[in-house]
Amino acid sequence: MQTASSPTPLLAARDLSVGLVNRHGAFLATNRVSLAVDRGQSLGLLGESGCGKSITLRALLGLVPHPGEIVGGSVTWKGRDWRSLSKSEIRRIRGKDIAMIFQDPASCLNPVFTIGDQVTETLRLKLALKAKAARELARDLLDQVGIPAPEERLRLYPHQLSGGMRQRVMIAMAIATEPDLLLADEPTTALDVTIQDQILTLLARLKERNRMAMILVSHDVGVVAQNCDFIAVMYAGHIVEWGPTHDVLRTPRHPYTRGLLAAIPRLEVSGGRHPLQTIAGAPPTPGELPEGCPFRLRCPSARPECATIPVTLDRKPPDHGSACPIVM
Amino acid sequence: MSLIAFAGRRLAQAIPVLLIITVAAFSVIHLVPGDPARVMLGSRATDEAVQVLREQLGLDKPLVTQYLDFLKAAMQLDFGDSLFQRTAIGPIVAARAVHSLALVGYAVLISLVIAVPLALLSAIRRNLLADHVVRALTTLAFCMPSFWTALLLVLLFSIRLKFFPTSGLGDSPLAYLASLTLPAVSIGLYLTPILLRSLRASLIQTLGAEFVEAARARGFGEARILFKHVLRNSLIAMLTILGINVGFLISGAVIVENVFSIPGLGSLMVAAIVQRDYPVIVALTLVFGVVVVAANFLVDLSYALLDPRIRQ
Repeated sequence: MQTASSPTPLLAARDLSVGLVNRHGAFLATNRVSLAVDRGQSLGLLGESGCGKSITLRALLGLVPHPGEIVGGSVTWKGRDWRSLSKSEIRRIRGKDIAMIFQDPASCLNPVFTIGDQVTETLRLKLALKAKAARELARDLLDQVGIPAPEERLRLYPHQLSGGMRQRVMIAMAIATEPDLLLADEPTTALDVTIQDQILTLLARLKERNRMAMILVSHDVGVVAQNCDFIAVMYAGHIVEWGPTHDVLRTPRHPYTRGLLAAIPRLEVSGGRHPLQTIAGAPPTPGELPEGCPFRLRCPSARPECATIPVTLDRKPPDHGSACPIVM
Repeated sequence: MSLIAFAGRRLAQAIPVLLIITVAAFSVIHLVPGDPARVMLGSRATDEAVQVLREQLGLDKPLVTQYLDFLKAAMQLDFGDSLFQRTAIGPIVAARAVHSLALVGYAVLISLVIAVPLALLSAIRRNLLADHVVRALTTLAFCMPSFWTALLLVLLFSIRLKFFPTSGLGDSPLAYLASLTLPAVSIGLYLTPILLRSLRASLIQTLGAEFVEAARARGFGEARILFKHVLRNSLIAMLTILGINVGFLISGAVIVENVFSIPGLGSLMVAAIVQRDYPVIVALTLVFGVVVVAANFLVDLSYALLDPRIRQ
C-alpha cells in the first residue's frame, strides 16, 4: 500500500486557500491547507463548526459556492491539476471517480422525484446504462446498503423514507460507480446514534471491499477515531495538527487538539464528578483572525512570539506534525 | 394518495364555496334598497310595468323559494332574460366568456413564454448585467398602465406596421387569433413581471438547495440541473400568483377589452352596471365566482402534479 507521502497520491491539495464572502466582506475560509490521501486510506478532518472543514471538502471537488473561489494553491487528482482539466472531464470525475455524501440526507435528495428516478438517473448518466439495467442495478445497490424491500423503496419519494434510509440511498448512489474516493461531509450528524453506527459500519465495509479512499469531515472525535487512518485537525481555516489517528489521539501535540480531546465528556465508573473541560473563549470570527497563530488568544500556553509565528506543520505527513513550535 | 383522489377531495371542498357564491349572487338583487323591480325600471316606470317585472323575476314569492328556483335555473345555465337586450342571458354570457377565456389564455401563454426563460436567465446570472437589464425592463413594463401599453401597441403594430387589426374580432380562426394578439400582449406585459419576479426568487432559492449541490457533486450538467431539478421545484409560487391573476383578469380585462372593442365579460359587466341590468349582474357574479374557484382548483391540481408531498 502506498502512503500519503508517495510521489503521486490519489488526491492531494497543496497550500489550498479558499476565499468566501459573507455580510462582513471577503475572508479566507481555508488558509494554505495541504492534505493527501491514497487508495484505501481514510483521512478525518476534525474541527469545530466554521473551521473550514466542509469548505475544504467542497474545494477538493471544485464546488466552492459562488461568489467564493479558490484563491491559492492547487488540487491534483491522480497527479493531474484540476485547473488543467476541462469542464466535461471534471464532470466525468465527479460522481464517478470521486463521490460525495452530505450531512443532511433529507435535503440532498430532490423532493419531487422518486428514489428510483434519482438513483437510475445517476446510473444512466455515470455508467451509461439503459433504463432497465439501471433499474436492476438500483435495486441491487439499495439491497447492498441494507435497505429492505428495495423494489418498493424505489417507487417512494424521499419524504416517505426515514433519515437513515435516505442516507443509505445517498450512499448507494455514491458507491454505484465504485469510486476511488468518497468525500463524506458529516455523514452521520443528522442521524440517531444507533443509525449513525450502522451507517459508519456500512461505510467501513464498503471502503474495505472496494479499496476506496475516504475523507471524512466531522466535529465528532469518536466518529473520526473509529473510522480514519489519519487525522487532520483544523482550526480557523488552518490544519494545526496531522498524524496517524492513534498517535494524534494518544499524544496530541497542538494545544488546540489537546483542548478538543479534553473536552470530550467521559463516563467514569469509579465515581467522583469531574467538571467538563472546555476551551476558553470562542472561535475567531471569519475575517478577524489574529496575526500569527490563530489559536493564540484562547491558548493556555500562548507566548508573545505566537503573534509572529507562521502556521506550518513541523513534520510532513504521514508523520505526526503540529503547527505549534511552543508546546512540543 | 393518488392524484385522482386528491382532485376528488379538492372538488368536494369547492362545493361549499360554490354554494356561498350562489347565495352572494342571489343577494345582489335583494341588497338593493327599496323595491328591486322599481329600481331596475327607474322612477318613471308605471305601477303595472313594475308589477309585471316582479312576477317575471319571482319577487312576489317567499325568499327561500326564490333562492331554490334561482339555484335550479342556474344549474341549467338559465339566468332569465336581460332587461336591456330582451334576450336570454345564458347565451350572451357564454359567447362573451369564450372571448374572455381566449384572451386571458392567450395572455397567460404570452407571459409564460416571456417570463420563464427570462427568469431562468436572471436567476443564473443574478446580480449581473443580464439580471439587471431583465428586471429593469420588466419593471418598466409593469409600471405602464395597460390602456397606455395597448394604445402604443396599436400605434406601432396596427397603424404603422399594419400587422394586426386595430379592433374587433376576426372571423376565421387565424384572423381571430390575430385580432386577439395585441390585447393579449397588453395583458401579458402586465402579467409577465409578476410571474417573472416570483419565479426568479424561487429559482434562486432552489439553486441554493443542497440537492442541487449534491447533483453537481455527482457530475450532472448545469442544463440538466436547471431544467429538470430546479425548475420543477420552483414553479409553485409562480402558479399561485398566476391562479389569482387569471381569476382577476377574466373580469378585470375591461380596459383592454374597451380599447380593442372586444366583446368580453369585463365590458358586459360594466355595461350591465351602467344599465342597471340586474339579472345580468347576477349571472356574471356567479360566473366570475365559478371562474375563480375553477382557476384555484387547477392551480391546486398542478401543485399536486409537481410536488408529491402535496398529495399527502
